[in-house]
Amino acid sequence: MINFLRRKKQYLWLFGFLAVTLASFVFGFNPGKEVFGNFTQFFIEMVTFIPFLFIIVGLFDVWFPKEQVEKHIGQESGIKGILIVIVLAMLQAGPLYGAFPVAYILYKKGASIKNIFIYLGAFSSLKIPMLGMEIGYLGIQFTLARTLVSLPLFIAVGYFMEWYLKDRDFKINKI
Amino acid sequence: MGIRNIPAAGTHRKRSRVNNHFRSFVGTDPHQLEVIMINNAFIFIIVSIVLTLLSLLLDRKKTVMGLKKGWKMFQNIAIPFLNILILVSLALYVVPPSLIVKYLGPGSGWGGQMIAAIVGSITLIPGFISYPIASVLIKEGASYAIVATFMTTLMMVGVVTLPLEIAYFGRKVAILRNVLNFITAIVIGTFVGFIL
Repeated sequence: MINFLRRKKQYLWLFGFLAVTLASFVFGFNPGKEVFGNFTQFFIEMVTFIPFLFIIVGLFDVWFPKEQVEKHIGQESGIKGILIVIVLAMLQAGPLYGAFPVAYILYKKGASIKNIFIYLGAFSSLKIPMLGMEIGYLGIQFTLARTLVSLPLFIAVGYFMEWYLKDRDFKINKI
Repeated sequence: MGIRNIPAAGTHRKRSRVNNHFRSFVGTDPHQLEVIMINNAFIFIIVSIVLTLLSLLLDRKKTVMGLKKGWKMFQNIAIPFLNILILVSLALYVVPPSLIVKYLGPGSGWGGQMIAAIVGSITLIPGFISYPIASVLIKEGASYAIVATFMTTLMMVGVVTLPLEIAYFGRKVAILRNVLNFITAIVIGTFVGFIL
């Protein structure tokens, strides 16, 4: 029921906007027209790439299931271990708090402290759908620059966390 | 931003604010940014076609499954996404670009970056919604450093979700992670601004 109402609310916004726009054009209300002009631009910008992005994301999802990558967590260490957690993070979607339960699973599977925090870093900035959006909206140059700067930094954060927490009995609680 | 009042040479078509800003932002070549956008679209279209064909060649069933999955994800975000576009269009009309340039432009220095980092840390904006906002900020004159800082804190620092994070990791670790990532985000922003 709540879900249903929420859905309705979303459409309400859209229809309200369309109604105001229509009225703006009928009565010659300039601000309304200008806002609609902005909206059309954004809409075109979105339509030119977002549907294609989801084709790519959907295909990625079936060809590289995260479950398969998850199997290797904890067994590998060193650079290979880091690579695996980064790839796993890239295959995810959703907000950061969705990464905490996965961090718990990594912890249970015996991933190192360093890799758990590298996972959280990679999760927040290297998810494939998000990279696609970023390329579409901010350009490949921005995306590359941000990614290449971020990657070493959150690996460094991972090393720091491991160094700091090693003798401080670190644990992740199940919720 | 006097450029906005100068009619574009050769076009009598009425242009909206965004478009005019494409011009002032790019400077010398007014069509450069539009070209980048179109190129982007081409990249996405070509990559998705090639991947779909390749996938079809390898496994028909999997391909159909993947396309269905993608379509479902698209459906899930379509309406919220349209709503956010409405909101951004409204905000763009209400907020004068001079304000954005003043507080988030290249001249705003550390102050602007701190504003971006704090706002990014506190707000809980889903990633896919933040990109159109970021792209508008850049078009309206915000600097790359500030936008990168904002995006990074948005993704890596969560003040609102801190209680949840504390429940998982404990108070000390959760706070430490957020503080570290806050600092990291500012460093990332600074470097990105330096590169671009």
